[in-house]
Amino acid sequence: MSGTEGTTPPEGGGKVENPRTGGDYAPSVARRLALAQRAGGLLVPLVTTIVAFLIGGLVVLATTGKNPLTTYQAIFEGAGLNWFIEIGSHELRIPFTDAHIPFPWNVNDLESLAAYNLQQTLISFVPLVLTGLAVAFAFRCGMFNIGGQGQYLAGAIMGVWVGSELPGLPGLVHILLAVVAGVVAGALVAGIAGILKATVGTHEVISTIMLNWIMVWTGVFLFGLGGPLQNDTQPFVPVSNDVLDESKLGILWGDPGLQALHVGFYVALAGLVVYWLTLNRTTLGYEVRAVGFNPEAAHYGGISVARNYFLAMAISGAFAGLAGAIDIVGWQYRINTNDVMISSQIAFVGIAVALLGRNKAIGVGLAALLFAALTTGTSTRNLDPEIFRPELAANLTLLIQGLVVLFVGADVLVLYLLNVRKRGRQRAATRPQE
Amino acid sequence: MDERPVLELRGITKRFPGIVANDSVDFDLRKGEVHALLGENGAGKSTLMNVVYGLYRPDEGEIRINGKPAELGSPRAAIENGVGMVHQHFMLIPVMTVAENIVLATEPTHKGVLLDYATAERRVRDISTRFGLAVDPRAIVQDITVGQQQRVEILKALYRGADILVLDEPTAVLTPQEAQELFTIIRSLTEQGKSIIFISHKLNEVTEVADRITVLRRGKKIETLPAAGATEEGLARLMVGREVLLRVDKTAAQPARVLLSVKGLTVEDDRGIEQVRDVSFEVKGGEIVGIAGVDGNGQTELIDAIAGLRRSQAGKIVIGDEDVTDDSCKECLDAGLGHIPEDRQRRGLVLDFSLAENLALHDYDHPPASRHGWLYPKRLIEKARTLLQEFDVRGGGPQTRAGGLSGGNQQKVVLAREIDRNPKVLIAAQPTRGLDVGAIEFVHRRLVGERDEGRGILLVSLELDEILSLSDRILVIFEGRIVGEFPPGASEEELGVAMTGGGRKAA
Repeated sequence: MSGTEGTTPPEGGGKVENPRTGGDYAPSVARRLALAQRAGGLLVPLVTTIVAFLIGGLVVLATTGKNPLTTYQAIFEGAGLNWFIEIGSHELRIPFTDAHIPFPWNVNDLESLAAYNLQQTLISFVPLVLTGLAVAFAFRCGMFNIGGQGQYLAGAIMGVWVGSELPGLPGLVHILLAVVAGVVAGALVAGIAGILKATVGTHEVISTIMLNWIMVWTGVFLFGLGGPLQNDTQPFVPVSNDVLDESKLGILWGDPGLQALHVGFYVALAGLVVYWLTLNRTTLGYEVRAVGFNPEAAHYGGISVARNYFLAMAISGAFAGLAGAIDIVGWQYRINTNDVMISSQIAFVGIAVALLGRNKAIGVGLAALLFAALTTGTSTRNLDPEIFRPELAANLTLLIQGLVVLFVGADVLVLYLLNVRKRGRQRAATRPQE
Repeated sequence: MDERPVLELRGITKRFPGIVANDSVDFDLRKGEVHALLGENGAGKSTLMNVVYGLYRPDEGEIRINGKPAELGSPRAAIENGVGMVHQHFMLIPVMTVAENIVLATEPTHKGVLLDYATAERRVRDISTRFGLAVDPRAIVQDITVGQQQRVEILKALYRGADILVLDEPTAVLTPQEAQELFTIIRSLTEQGKSIIFISHKLNEVTEVADRITVLRRGKKIETLPAAGATEEGLARLMVGREVLLRVDKTAAQPARVLLSVKGLTVEDDRGIEQVRDVSFEVKGGEIVGIAGVDGNGQTELIDAIAGLRRSQAGKIVIGDEDVTDDSCKECLDAGLGHIPEDRQRRGLVLDFSLAENLALHDYDHPPASRHGWLYPKRLIEKARTLLQEFDVRGGGPQTRAGGLSGGNQQKVVLAREIDRNPKVLIAAQPTRGLDVGAIEFVHRRLVGERDEGRGILLVSLELDEILSLSDRILVIFEGRIVGEFPPGASEEELGVAMTGGGRKAA
């Protein structure tokens, strides 16, 4: 049976001990790519990012005629990353140590501005990590959760509601209550999509997109003029009440009068650890991964596929809900109808974060940092109009995001198609047509 | 028989990263002969044939067709040189007619635009009578039997002017009767001057149909010998490189109490069509019950129902003393069922999991593998290490991806997991499909060993050889019904007749 599965070439990298298992066929390009992806781990996302930046640079050159390197330097500084550089030297500061490593350009005396920019980068890092984890967790169970926006909104709505009511509660209890309410809300919203998939097989892409719109319009209704959660003092402004002072998160770094980095930063880091532990060190994670890799084998092994679809979706939504609640009690403190429609779209960037981060905890962390820096670095107020037209700057973020998703998505697509073909062939092998 | 070679391969070497798939292989095919290419999985048979069919370019070596050097850079070039190939998995378009499939890519047309049906049909009829391969040109491919589909594939190659036909594992999908018909066709083709390369790993077929046999092992040509006088034992030794036990050594069964009982079971498939109809049988501890049948006669649904993967419409299933009718898969497993699924890559293994994780598929959720929902990966790895050693799994350790192993080693992993659970009843569905001789020997010995341990074993296989050499009792399934019970000494002919619906209730 030299043509069947017995001869499928090994995919385990170059460590083939038994030459016979090498099989009869040469590994195809796509297969080699899959191999590089598994083996290298870091290689593919790194190449993807670099290519995206190169093409982004070409676009800058074509549209502005300016040196793309200057633009990237401006973005770098706009993101506050120059804070790490020793002022006046060509060296990079390693936080918490006295160590320095060489760096290509030196910085002007902008320490306070750099620090402020870096705080902004880290503030957007928090929801990007959490929404990235939300998408990644669902991916690991073989599902595509596009409903991050709706789940994030559910978290934000509960966060602002609980946070602005119930005066007199002790601060820590109040914060916990607001955050937990947000997490539960996110989990419930995503859980609807999970239940629908588990019971009647509704595709999660469709249901989560529809849930997004349900949550957006719920938010607009709640905080809009005359809405039940509109603020009590300004009847003509469609905004919520502010969260109470005692339910605001503590400040880690920066001027509390401006937007400063809040404790949510640690929550995001803890989220990465929890994600890794859940997937790799719990029976739940084992089941989720088994279902994600091969639902049929999981089912045959006695695992309830339906239950795991629901649980994975709910946990995914919990991460997104946490992002929404943390943003509210961390630095936004209120939400208006405009935020409901626009700011919540940060959750879509979470998809790019998860894709680029390859659904791994460490990858999601790094990808979130990259996108946070890009968003902050290109946001108009941080860029010198002399260097780069501000409208184009913001678009450059979107452009690079788009390119990253395109490249990452393209190789995932190739792998997907390859898998479909392989499965089709296997099915043909199991039961040839009557 | 003409002694002039129509195809000569000289010193063909083909390397892939890390392996030499073909190492300086010589091969020649004479006009009008059937030359069998024999070898285990991964021996290099397919690579060699892909070189002949222009799918691979050899790194070294020369191909001569009718004495002239030929450059076969693509399948098109191969076809132009008179080489045709019938793949194991048919390359037919199921919704088109036989004639349309055969003339595909060289369709006769009206003024270059519209397909000329009449001419196409006439040409197909001509060539089918000329070579004695009866087909109905107007039949839709998906409605005809597998054996007929194979004829269509052969006609397709002949229509394109093939003088050299490569048949890749042609009998894998056929019943014994259909295989005999194929051999008749092969003989009539060679009488008309066609030359045939017959790829197989079934020793009895090779000795029956071939004129000469070339054995490949690990990419090297071991020997070319005339089929007359070749013994199966001798060929197996050449293939594997050591003495192989073809017949399974086993003592008479000592059936004990009933461990699996199926009564009046009726099961529908996903489309709501009855696939298993009122099936009743028992499996006792210490015996192997074989279910023989042509693929698609309800075997899959029967196994799925017993394993809790599919609801039944009527009937009762008891494992040990527990009624598990329509219980979940988990409950069936807990009742004492072990299950080697027929498709190990789709069902038996999570290919992206490590071997340790795969081996834990049934016991990850209780101590020692986990406690209160916390998994202990180290314990999984320790346990995997022992099991991998006991079952002689090669090609990786506990943390190797399952997908990186060869088919035989993957199957050993599944076997290890199922036997380790100490089941009362073990369902082995196609347990040696796609495995090479060495691995088959291991699986067979182990199944007999488990029988002797007192387990009840239900063997479902499409390979009659396997059923005959392992079973203590043989049931034949046809169109969802058990149509006969046979003793282990039954002949292939008897079984073959029952498998195709003739001679009901033979025993």
